[in-house]
Amino acid sequence: MNPQDKKTNLSLWYRNSSAASTLTILLILLLMSTALAIAAPAFLKASNLLSTARNFSAIAVAGIGVSVVILTGNIDISIGSIYGLAGVSVAMLMKSGWSLVPAVAAGMAVGGLCGLANGLLVVYLRLPSYIATLGMMQIVRGVCYILTQGYPVSGMADSFKWIGQGELMGVPLPIYFMVLFALVFAVFRNRTKTGRRIFALGGNEEATRISGVNTKALKILCFVLAGVCAAFAGVINASKVGVAQPTAGNGFEMDAIASVIIGGSSMGGGVGTVTGTLIGAAIMGVLRNALVLLSVESYWQTLVMGVVIISAVTIDQLRKARR
Amino acid sequence: MSEQTRPLLEMRGVSKSFPGVKALDRVDLQVYPGEVLALVGENGAGKSTLMKILSGVHRMDEGEIYLEGKAVSLPDPLSSQKAGISIIYQELNTLNNLSIAENIFIGREPIAKNGLVDRQRQHREARALLDEVKLPLDTQTLTGKLSTAQKQMVEVAKALSFNAKLIIMDEPTSSLTNAETRTLFDIVRRLKARGVAIVFITHRMVEIFQIADRVAVLRDGQMAATMHARDTMETDIISAMVGREIGDLYVKEEAPLGEVALEVQGLSTKNRLHDVSFYVRSGEILGFAGLVGAGRSEVMRAVFGIDPRQSGTILVRGKKAAIRKTGDALRYGIGFVPEDRKEQALILDMTVKKNMSLAALDRVSRGWFIDRLRESRLAEKFVSLLRVRTPSLEQRVKNLSGGNQQKVVIAKWMANEPLILILDEPTRGIDVGAKKEIHKLMSDLARQGVAIVLVSSELPEVIGMSDRIVVMHEGRVKGSFDRRGVTQEEIMQMAVS
Repeated sequence: MNPQDKKTNLSLWYRNSSAASTLTILLILLLMSTALAIAAPAFLKASNLLSTARNFSAIAVAGIGVSVVILTGNIDISIGSIYGLAGVSVAMLMKSGWSLVPAVAAGMAVGGLCGLANGLLVVYLRLPSYIATLGMMQIVRGVCYILTQGYPVSGMADSFKWIGQGELMGVPLPIYFMVLFALVFAVFRNRTKTGRRIFALGGNEEATRISGVNTKALKILCFVLAGVCAAFAGVINASKVGVAQPTAGNGFEMDAIASVIIGGSSMGGGVGTVTGTLIGAAIMGVLRNALVLLSVESYWQTLVMGVVIISAVTIDQLRKARR
Repeated sequence: MSEQTRPLLEMRGVSKSFPGVKALDRVDLQVYPGEVLALVGENGAGKSTLMKILSGVHRMDEGEIYLEGKAVSLPDPLSSQKAGISIIYQELNTLNNLSIAENIFIGREPIAKNGLVDRQRQHREARALLDEVKLPLDTQTLTGKLSTAQKQMVEVAKALSFNAKLIIMDEPTSSLTNAETRTLFDIVRRLKARGVAIVFITHRMVEIFQIADRVAVLRDGQMAATMHARDTMETDIISAMVGREIGDLYVKEEAPLGEVALEVQGLSTKNRLHDVSFYVRSGEILGFAGLVGAGRSEVMRAVFGIDPRQSGTILVRGKKAAIRKTGDALRYGIGFVPEDRKEQALILDMTVKKNMSLAALDRVSRGWFIDRLRESRLAEKFVSLLRVRTPSLEQRVKNLSGGNQQKVVIAKWMANEPLILILDEPTRGIDVGAKKEIHKLMSDLARQGVAIVLVSSELPEVIGMSDRIVVMHEGRVKGSFDRRGVTQEEIMQMAVS
């Protein structure tokens, strides 16, 4: 192989491989962190790093879930409402005497049911996923308000706070949950038959169907998974705050979806990694932390987040287009 | 019309190549004012390429085009339109959300003094055009509400608004009823009387003799013959169409025939297929011949559970098979190589390995988990068996040549060890070498007892590879032949009428 070929291969790899995509955004994260560490040395304190990680873990968990839907070329914007409803449901159940584990399981089941509804709407009514989940976003949010009459749910047993506020060996529990979800989904996506078929579906739905795959059931499953993950993220959040707000998760779907997109997933489907989504969530988390540490007025935070989303995706596009 | 008239359009030595195919090879063609020229040829003979060169969609590699004696270049659709050439595609280009008048004048709306569209003038001019094509409809009618025939008339009116001197119609009658066809022919005759030249692409012999003055036959990118319709017999046209040599194509080896592996009885689908029945034995290759649109692919899709069936029974090894989705067909041991490998068969961004294992994941998994070693072994086995030229198993299939891509598709189904393999145009658009390899592979599979259904638009391929041949025409089985002694002419005769 002559050096010319080697160079071409390398640049080909750089343009095509999803590992290269992950590396690029990892670099962006590291650059951001370095800059922040210089500007605000407090960033590097262990307590600050851990609380930053704890703060983006809910985004990461929901992002990992919705990334499966995005992998099929669809979108789910109802996850913010599902996040809210799950928090409210678990809080209400615990208040009525349920213990933690069954209540959380029920909350995740509620999320799964919402996802099932999304999937059925998309597959059988053939609604574009954006429309179906836009409707569900309102319906589920409406259910939150109806159940709570608009009031926050509080006064749960202390065990409620364990998921979001607990620690194990000095590390906040949400971080463990985030890592657990990431591992489970990475294995699911890359090592199982179902995971492989989801990638295939995102790459070419018709060809996947003709290969004997039940693409309808597969798509519904993806929406269910997104719902379950969003529900757990909602439980983490409610538990962290100690109160379940019916408004919780308004706009949260955009953070979760942004972390997936920043993480290198293609909106067209078929491309993306769990690691990328984790890094995407981390970039959002570090950025929020930066704006706090640098005392940037909170009104500016939202604007800056938007700029970062556009820049990160643009950098990834440039990488792919490079000749 | 006399030969002394100067031709309206003259093409000289027009050639056009696409990677791997010479679509047009030094084609000469004259079209005279006020004549109807029928352009015929088998699928892939070059009709659409010729048409696209005239409409400015493709650029020719060599050759000259003269319009009314002047050399013209047609680099884009606009200059072709300006030169007076209009094309009415089989898939009509009407914008269904706009009115008839808006469709006719899209992009060149008459503008009033105030800078807005002069709707009244647009309406008036559209009215005159519709009268000319005898379409008694309000010009404000939404085009989406029209029938196919009416939409065609709108397109003709649009062509007239450009003062088209040459109108090319691509199989305009294929979706018309008999009455609608008569109306269309009336319009064609009126246009003709006005001196407009019409190039009429069709597969229907009857129509040629009803409407055409001359017939031009394309075959394998060359102009095989041009003749006057009035002193031509149908058989003359057919033999000009199929004159292709069987030559050195691979021929299926003898294989012992076993029991009936697949039998289809009375298959019908909504609007497309009517009472289609056939069977194929293990070790046998059953060829399906017919023109594009005859319904052959639709039969295969319905059998494989891709499209819904209205009625009909499918028997696999003599037992009734309940195939409602593709997964069912897979479980009954049926494999399906669809006609469009990029759209229907391959995940282009996935690797060779992952494409090959997609339909056979159960065979390379332990429980729910894919055994990556077994998956690699499976892919390695088929890469060497089918001699797929790829740098590695991790190569994305989009980077392979057409022939190698097709081998990946075939490997995908062989990996599942099917009893019945349906191949829809398995060698379309691939080079001669790969084609031969695929033919040999089919022959080997038949010898191993696989029952094969081969859909192909290339008659020599069908005749060379099949034990029996079923001919379809407009959604029905027209008849069948034993391969021995059948000629291309006999098959084509059955396929066109």
